[in-house]
Amino acid sequence: MRIKLLPEHPNFGFVSKRMIFFAFSALLVAASIGLFFTKGLSYGIDFTGGIMIEVRTPAPNQIGEMRSKLNQLDLGSIELQEFGAPDDILIRIPAQEGGEKANQAAVNAVKVALGDGIEYRRTELVGPKVSDELFWNGMYAVVSAILAILVYIWFRFEWQFGLGAVIALSHDVITTIGVFSLIQHEFNLATVAAVLTIAGYSINDTVVVFDRVRENLRKYKTKPMDELLNQSANETLSRTVMTSLTTLLALIALYFLGGEIIRDFAFAMIWGVVIGTYSSVCLAVPLLLHMGVQRRTMEEEETAEQQS
Amino acid sequence: MLKIETWKLAVVGILCALGFAFAAPNLLNSDTAGALPDFLPKSQINLGLDLQGGSHLLLEVEVGVVVKERLESLVDAIRTELRKERILYGGLGASATGVNVTIKNAAEAEKAYDIIRKLDVGFETNLGDSGHIVMNLTEQALKERRVAAVEQSIEIVRRRVDPQGIKEPTITRQGDDRILLQVPGEDDPEKLKKLLGQTAKLTFHLLDDKGSLADAMAGRVPPGSMLLPSVDEYDSLGKPRMYLLKKRVAVSGDTLVSASLGFDQGNRPAVNFRLDAVGGKKFADITRQNLGKPFAIVLDKKVISAPTIQGIIPGGSGQITSGSFTTESAKELSLLLSAGALPAPLTVLEERSVGPGLGADSVEAGKIASIVGLVLVVAFMIIYYGRLGVFANIALAMNMVLIVALLSAFGATLTLPGIAGIVLTIGMAVDANVLVFERIREELRTGRGVMSAVDAGYKRAFGTIMDANITTLIAAALLFAFGSGPVQGFAVTLAFGIMSSMFTAIWVTRILVSIWLRRTRPTTLIV
Repeated sequence: MRIKLLPEHPNFGFVSKRMIFFAFSALLVAASIGLFFTKGLSYGIDFTGGIMIEVRTPAPNQIGEMRSKLNQLDLGSIELQEFGAPDDILIRIPAQEGGEKANQAAVNAVKVALGDGIEYRRTELVGPKVSDELFWNGMYAVVSAILAILVYIWFRFEWQFGLGAVIALSHDVITTIGVFSLIQHEFNLATVAAVLTIAGYSINDTVVVFDRVRENLRKYKTKPMDELLNQSANETLSRTVMTSLTTLLALIALYFLGGEIIRDFAFAMIWGVVIGTYSSVCLAVPLLLHMGVQRRTMEEEETAEQQS
Repeated sequence: MLKIETWKLAVVGILCALGFAFAAPNLLNSDTAGALPDFLPKSQINLGLDLQGGSHLLLEVEVGVVVKERLESLVDAIRTELRKERILYGGLGASATGVNVTIKNAAEAEKAYDIIRKLDVGFETNLGDSGHIVMNLTEQALKERRVAAVEQSIEIVRRRVDPQGIKEPTITRQGDDRILLQVPGEDDPEKLKKLLGQTAKLTFHLLDDKGSLADAMAGRVPPGSMLLPSVDEYDSLGKPRMYLLKKRVAVSGDTLVSASLGFDQGNRPAVNFRLDAVGGKKFADITRQNLGKPFAIVLDKKVISAPTIQGIIPGGSGQITSGSFTTESAKELSLLLSAGALPAPLTVLEERSVGPGLGADSVEAGKIASIVGLVLVVAFMIIYYGRLGVFANIALAMNMVLIVALLSAFGATLTLPGIAGIVLTIGMAVDANVLVFERIREELRTGRGVMSAVDAGYKRAFGTIMDANITTLIAAALLFAFGSGPVQGFAVTLAFGIMSSMFTAIWVTRILVSIWLRRTRPTTLIV
C-alpha cells in the first residue's frame, strides 16, 4: 500500500503567484499587529503575576457555588473556568495590591473559603518581581533567537538568504502572536517556548529549500532566476510536506491526548508548523527574487573554494 | 556505500548498546534499579515536580535588612563611644549605605574621627569640614555581607527543612540574593512557608524602667530604647500590649546551642533552651545584676514574655513560657530556634505546587500522547516509504531509546513540557530520513543505479540535514539560556532529541540500508 501525496514532478507556481502570497501575508501581519494593539494578549500569571489554582471538586458542576463563595472575598476579578472535565476547575486570581505578602494571604483566604473536600491539584503564585523578569527573559529569548538564526544563515549562505529567512520567520512569529490575540488563549511561558520552537522549525524548513536554491544556482548557470527558484521550491516540496505531516501527526496526538496543561502549547505548535511550511515555500523563496541574489558571487565563491 | 568501515560499524554499535544500557534502568522500579551493582548504569530519569508532585518556592533574602541592622548597631556604637568620651555631637543617623554624624566642637573632630574609624571594618570613613564625619560601607563589604547572608540563609533553610522528614529537598542559590527550594512529594507549600516565614531571631533584653511607657507610646522613645509589641497579650482596646525595652541585647540567641519542647510547672507547653559557655556566663551575670527586674524574651521583634528574674540562672539553661503556646507551636519554635535565625527575612517570590494526582495524570497523558504520536508517524512512514520507512522507524525507535538514555545519564529532569519536546521530536526526527529518501528518489529518477542513488542520497542530504538541525539547536540553546524550570526541561529534551535523531537517521539507517542492499542486491528500488 503506497500513497502519493504529490505528483511525481510538482510544478506549482509559487514564484509567479508571489504577489498573491505577499498580499495575503501582509494582510495577516497587519491584522496580527492590529489585534495585538487592540485586543492584546491574554497573558498568563507567568507574566502578569497573580495566582492560579486548579482544583478537583468532589462532585461535578460546582462552579457556580464556588464562584459565589470566592466573590465574597474581595480579591478583584476572579475567573473560574472548567478545565477539561466538569469537576476540574481552574481559578485565576489577579495579582493583589501589596505584592508578595498579599498574594500569599489571598491563597489562604481562598483555601479557607472553599473548605474541605477539595483536591488542590496545582497552585501557582507568581509575584510581581518574578513575572516581570519572566516576561523580559521571554522577549530576549525570542529576539535573540531571531538574531542568532539570522547570523547563522548569513554565514552559511548569503546575506540575502538570511534576510529572506528572517522575514519569513518574523512573519511566523508575528502571526502566531496574532492568532493568540484573536482567540485569547493564554499566553504564558510555555507559549513563548512554543514560539521559539516555531522559529526553529520554520527556519529548518526554510533552510532546506534555500539549500536547494544554492545548489541549483551552481548547477543551472543560465536559467532565469524566477524559474530556478520555483523549481527549487517544487523539488523540495515533497520533503517539506512530508516532514510537516509527520510533525503535525505527533502534535495532533499531543493536542488531543497530552492533557489540558499542554494543550495551548500544542495548539501554538500546530499553527506554527502550518504557517511555517507556508512561509518557507510561498514567502522565503519568492522573496529571494527581490533581494537580488547574485549568481556571480556564487560562482566566485565556488572558484575561490576550489582554489583554496 | 555498501562497505562501511568496520570501525564505524563498531562505533555505531557501541553507542547503540550504551543507549540500551543507560535506558534500561528506567524499566525497573526505583528500588531494584538502586540495588544494581555499581559498574552498571543505574540512574533513572528524574521526574520534574510537575510530574511527580511537589512544591517549588523561589525565595528572596531581604539583604537590605542585614545592612540596615549593621548600620543601626554602628549608630549605637558611635553614640556609646562619643558619650563615654564626652564629645558633643549632632545629626547622628544611618543613611541607605552609611552613617553620618557631626562633631560640634571642631577641636574634637580629629579625636572623634579616630575613635569612630576603629569601630567597624568595611567602612570608608571621611572627615569633612566643620566636623562632619561620613562612614560609607565599601562596595566590597556590601557584597561580602550579601553573599554571607544568602549563604547563611541557605544553611538555615536546610536545617529547618531537613528535620521534616522530606525526601530529597533541593536547596540552591539563584542569582545574587535568591534561594530556590524544591521539595518533591510535598504538595502543601503552606507547611514550608510557615517554616521559613520567621527569621526566628531570639534576643533577651532588659526593660527600660526609667523611661515612661506612655511617653514612648506617644512617639517619644528615649534613645537607646525601643518599643515592641507583645505576641499574645492585649490591652483593654484589643491592641497588643507594648513594652519599652533597652535596645542593647543583653544575651543574644546566637549563643543558643539547643532548644526542645518542654513543660512548665503547670504542665503547659514550653520551650527549653540551652546556651553555650559564653552565653551561659552572660546569662548568669545579667540575672545576678538584675534580680527582681523584668527581663524580656524577644522573638522577631515581638515580646514572647517578660518574666521577672527570680534568681540567678547559672549554666545557661532556661525555659521560655507563653500563654499562647500549644504543644505544636512550642515544638515548632524549638525547631526554629535550634536551626538558628535567618540573617534576614525571606520573601516568597514565586510558588508552584502540583498535587501527586495531577502529576500522575500528566505522566499518563504524556505516555499516551507519545505512543499514539509514535504509532501514527511509524504507520505513515511505512505507508509512504515502504521498506526504507521500516528502516527509518527502527532508527526512530533507537532515537527514543537514546533520548531516554541521555536524560538518565546526564541526570536531566523530565518535565511536562519535556514530554511535549519528546513528542515533537518524534515528528521531527524522521525529517533527516525524509531528506535522504527524497534525495534517493530524485537520484533514481535521473536514471542512476540503486547503489549509486542511495550513496548520493546520503552524501548530498548531509549538508542540508546539518544546516536544518543547527538552527533548531540554536533555538533550543536560547530556550535553555533564558527559560526557567519546565521550559528548560523542554529545551533539554528538544536538544537531545535533535542530536540523537541526527545520529540515528544518518548512521543507523545507513547501516541498515547497506546491509539490506548487500544481501539482496536489488536492481530496482521503490522509494
